[in-house]
Amino acid sequence: MHRPAASVPPLHDDDRDDDDRASTTRRRRCRDWLLTDSPTSRAQAVLGSAYRRWTRFASNPLSMFGLGILVLLVVAAALGPLVAPHDPLQQVLPERLMPPGSPSHWFGTDQLGRDILSRLIYGSRLTLSIAILVVVIVVPIGLLIGTVAGFFGGWTDVVLMRVTDIALAFPKIVLALAFAAALGPGVINAVVAISITAWPAYARLARAETLRYVNADFIHAARLQGASRPRLLLRYIVPLCASSVVVRATLDMAGIVLTVAGLGFLGLGAQPPSPEWGYMVASGRNVLLDAWWVATIPGIAILLVSLAFNLLGDGLRDVFDPRHGD
Amino acid sequence: MNADTPTTPERPAPSPPSPRAAAARRVASGALRWLFTLALTLAGLLVVTFVIGRKVPIDPVLAVVGDRASASAYAAARAQLGLDRPLAVQFLLYARDVLHGNLGLSLLTSNPVLDDIRRVFPATLELATLSTLIGVVVGVPLGVIAAARHNRWIDHVARFVGLIGSSVPVFWLGLMGLLLFYARLHWVAGPGRIDPLYDGMVDTHTGSLLIDSLIAREWDVFFNALSHIALPAAILGYYSVAYLSRMTRSFMLDQLNQEYITTARAKGVPERRVIWVHAFGNIAVPLVTVVALSYSYLLEGSVLTEIVFAWPGIGSYLTGALLNADMNAVLGSTLVIGATFIALNLLTDALYRVLDPRVR
Repeated sequence: MHRPAASVPPLHDDDRDDDDRASTTRRRRCRDWLLTDSPTSRAQAVLGSAYRRWTRFASNPLSMFGLGILVLLVVAAALGPLVAPHDPLQQVLPERLMPPGSPSHWFGTDQLGRDILSRLIYGSRLTLSIAILVVVIVVPIGLLIGTVAGFFGGWTDVVLMRVTDIALAFPKIVLALAFAAALGPGVINAVVAISITAWPAYARLARAETLRYVNADFIHAARLQGASRPRLLLRYIVPLCASSVVVRATLDMAGIVLTVAGLGFLGLGAQPPSPEWGYMVASGRNVLLDAWWVATIPGIAILLVSLAFNLLGDGLRDVFDPRHGD
Repeated sequence: MNADTPTTPERPAPSPPSPRAAAARRVASGALRWLFTLALTLAGLLVVTFVIGRKVPIDPVLAVVGDRASASAYAAARAQLGLDRPLAVQFLLYARDVLHGNLGLSLLTSNPVLDDIRRVFPATLELATLSTLIGVVVGVPLGVIAAARHNRWIDHVARFVGLIGSSVPVFWLGLMGLLLFYARLHWVAGPGRIDPLYDGMVDTHTGSLLIDSLIAREWDVFFNALSHIALPAAILGYYSVAYLSRMTRSFMLDQLNQEYITTARAKGVPERRVIWVHAFGNIAVPLVTVVALSYSYLLEGSVLTEIVFAWPGIGSYLTGALLNADMNAVLGSTLVIGATFIALNLLTDALYRVLDPRVR
């Protein structure tokens, strides 16, 4: 982070001051190199545009807030056992329903005396891995269907898009519920249920992007040079769809987090005693009037993570696709 | 459609075809294509529910004959259920049953599923309708004002409302609402649709307790029902407000950036008229379709809301069936919600084409 010199507290010895000045000029030179309008190498151009995007993104405090929450979430999930103060499954009955702010339980305990903060930290692994798994499954499928439909056109396009439109018209949550019920409760089945209803949006998006480029001169040029159709598709079209798909996927993660929590709330997601956030809200429902925090705190966690994905997605969209910005 | 009679091929084709006949033909072919899409999508839904039904790990034959039945009784029951036929035939039989309104018996209530759904669906419709009303009355003006005062405080409020609306889990917001407005402040009645005391006091005409009690002039019943529906409708309505204000705002911003608006302002048209007549008039069509879409989302979103508020609608029915592995009821409700959702979606599409001359 570049800090203006004025806000740096004055240092006592002159050597340090010189060092500081030297690093400032080095930083400025680095910045100039990145922002030059005549880059001399491919790497410089790529890094320069990435830097421009980053400054644009970083200038929006809301996007940075979203990014911050997600970084925190990823760190918490990665370091789970190291940062969690207690075992998330350990029941300490004498310490049940301790309110938030208790000395060793910052967020209180639930009706079985389990530490809510520790459960939230372990639960973040579930939420995060389900959301990522869904995206990893859904994005390639949608990309494949959409780009193939847009690229080949004709009957391929008609059939693929007809199927996509049909799937797009289905009620997502209700179908995910029905699938989860048929497959039986569980994390993997929740992932499958959500994935089945989430792919059509990507197919639509990828097709629209493909149609934008399929008749562009550089595609024709590549074709005349003898590029095969799979090569055109994979090396030229798909990378161009990437930015809008990434934006869309980030925004979708917000909805996926909510659906996961909804399935968990109904008992169709991860099974107890695993600390799934939606399930934690459901179990807090029974003691809502005596111990509000048991249901409230996991709900706030869900809200924050979903909000963070929305903010991050909005920020990315402003950077990658200024047409849709405000 | 009798609009296409003048263009049937039996008649000698008038030359040149009158513009009216051409328009009629276009409308007729559009309607046909629309019906085709509707039929295809509903068939797709039917395939999905059929596949889900086959995926269930419960053996439907055992459910009929019990696990002590002899092999021959088992085989007979299996044949009677049609499970020994090829899969395609089974699907056609299933489709025939559904089209005849036969969704099977519910294990839980032992009524025909369709009767159950007919009993519970009005409650869901009442909730979703009231919520959409809240969404239109609050969300649309909020969106318009936010766009007119772009980047001022009211705009930030609208964006905040929209952002939270797409981030907050509905079941949690419902619980928080109950905790605050029912348990702490006592502003509203608790879960359920009406107090047991008033249950069944008014005759059913429309299926909406609010309207039925108004017709019967039973004011106690009306206010009790109102106090029960207020919170769930407000919670669900919040999502509608969030969605509608976001869409209205972006539609209005698009319009306000166009040159005819500058022209109108330059001519000296009062700002209020520029916004509410010139610009708003142009977003009315897309707005109608967005409202219809939000209605279909609310039908779906009511599933989780109904559980929190013990609202006796199709969402509660569906989840009750889910948790008891009552697959006929699950698939029946999915089919009914899905068909309503699809019909609303496609109707929206058609409405857009009819109302907006540029799409014709």
